[in-house]
Amino acid sequence: MDKVLFLISAFLLVWGLRLQSDPASASKGNKYASVGMLIAIISAIIMPIENSHDNYSWIVIPIVFSASMGYIIAKKIEMTSMPQMVSIFNGLGGLSAVLLSFTEINKWLSNTELYPQFEIVVLLVSLFIGSVAFTGSLLAFAKLDGYKWSEKLTLPFQHIINLTLLFSIIFLSFLFIDNSGDTNYLYILIAISLLYGVFFVAPIGGADMPVVISLLNSFTGITAALTGVIFDNKVMLLGGILVGAAGTILTVLMCQAMNRSLLNVLIGGFSSSGSSSKSSEQGDIKEITDSDFAVQLFYSQKVIIVPGYGLAVAQAQKLCKEIQEVLESNDVEVKYAIHPVAGRMPGHMNVLLAEADVDYSKLIELDEANSDFKSTDVAVIIGANDVVNPDAIDDTASPLYGMPILKVWESNSTVVLKRSMSAGYAGVQNPLFFRENNKMYFGDAKDSLQRLSTELKNL
Amino acid sequence: MSEIFNFLIQNEVLIYLLLFTVLLGFEVISKVPSVLHTPLMSGANAISGIVILGAIILIRSTDPENYFTLILASIALFIGSINVFGGFFVTNRMLEMFNKKKKNG
Repeated sequence: MDKVLFLISAFLLVWGLRLQSDPASASKGNKYASVGMLIAIISAIIMPIENSHDNYSWIVIPIVFSASMGYIIAKKIEMTSMPQMVSIFNGLGGLSAVLLSFTEINKWLSNTELYPQFEIVVLLVSLFIGSVAFTGSLLAFAKLDGYKWSEKLTLPFQHIINLTLLFSIIFLSFLFIDNSGDTNYLYILIAISLLYGVFFVAPIGGADMPVVISLLNSFTGITAALTGVIFDNKVMLLGGILVGAAGTILTVLMCQAMNRSLLNVLIGGFSSSGSSSKSSEQGDIKEITDSDFAVQLFYSQKVIIVPGYGLAVAQAQKLCKEIQEVLESNDVEVKYAIHPVAGRMPGHMNVLLAEADVDYSKLIELDEANSDFKSTDVAVIIGANDVVNPDAIDDTASPLYGMPILKVWESNSTVVLKRSMSAGYAGVQNPLFFRENNKMYFGDAKDSLQRLSTELKNL
Repeated sequence: MSEIFNFLIQNEVLIYLLLFTVLLGFEVISKVPSVLHTPLMSGANAISGIVILGAIILIRSTDPENYFTLILASIALFIGSINVFGGFFVTNRMLEMFNKKKKNG
């Protein structure tokens, strides 16, 4: 019975994940996967176990509590904080795997009659990867949430320190096994693994956090698979490997969208290169007034909005939709150009605009947008910076060089909504701001759009 | 050398399973539009919480007097389940937004 249930759940997990890779069926896919998970949990609760003591109260109480907590968190969380939330959840998954491996190792150790080397090795690997996923995810969360200290954790010779830590982990593991499980080694191992997670993420720039989270997610998947080997549970093995593989592919896809290699991301490309870029050259910027901006938009034929993280933090997506509607009532064609890595996570902008009820067909992707700009009157850039930086095309010294970007300057004019002249996430200045046909409109995205919206309605 | 060989033979089915699952994982995800990267990451993350099955099995096979194991495993179960349930709920919320819009448009 339980074997059949596990089989069904495995099928649902795979099929659910498959459906999730197509926008039309994604929602259904998630439901399939969650049903699969539920069946797996029930089967684990009812499956016959030799010498089982059941201890059901120890199982049901934590599940009921965490399910309701998970539900509330998922309900309350702002769509803008989605990347942070995924990283926290992933960290929890990692911590859970660490606790489990630790408990399981202790259990094996207390079993004095045999010393199962294979199991201990697997558990140690699981312990290590889980720890890295845990502390790494927490640091990724801090970076995404913009805590200043999180960007300053890097030590000199960080990569050498990391390698040393890695070797000492391997060495300690051998010591631990050789001394037939002296738990002191185990505690040191856990401490170093946790530290390694911090140092692993520390040198990586905040803009690359989505890639890191995806990678750490695949780590958590691998620990789940390893624990599945120990518990001889095929669904755990399958689910874990599936997430491990899917997470890896997703990581690679994200890197491709930024035109960078995974290695380049992990070494911390943005932070370490390209400070000598020519774009330090300054020029004159022109500001646009509320009424001029409103008039310009109102009498355009085609407007493309380029949203970025600034829109997300200001929670201005609904205002954006409002302005779109005012313009459309005056027969202005409005579209949204979505860069693959706009916001803090691929697809982040789509989710936000979907929340504001923006029609799916209004969102255009990189290639389509780039052929559309030539026939566009005004491109409005809201809180985006690096994804519209011309340096990516013509300045080989720029750290952004080679990243596919939105060529907004090919439209008749551009207006950039921004809080200040400060550099974008990659830490470089944007020559677009100094171009002849560009104007700046300063302020928090929400205030700015509010001002603009009021002006538009007065026309 | 012969030990490794023996190990491979003994775990033949397991190794086949590993091989195919890795390929399956790659294949399933290989053509995802970037629109779906965020929900997919969150959905896959929820699935990685499957590690809680281990916690359940561990708790069930533990002696009721062994509080050390029971407490640690319960905490693992609690933390892991937040990942599972929260992950599925939030992914669902994100994807519902895509759906809602499609019906309107």
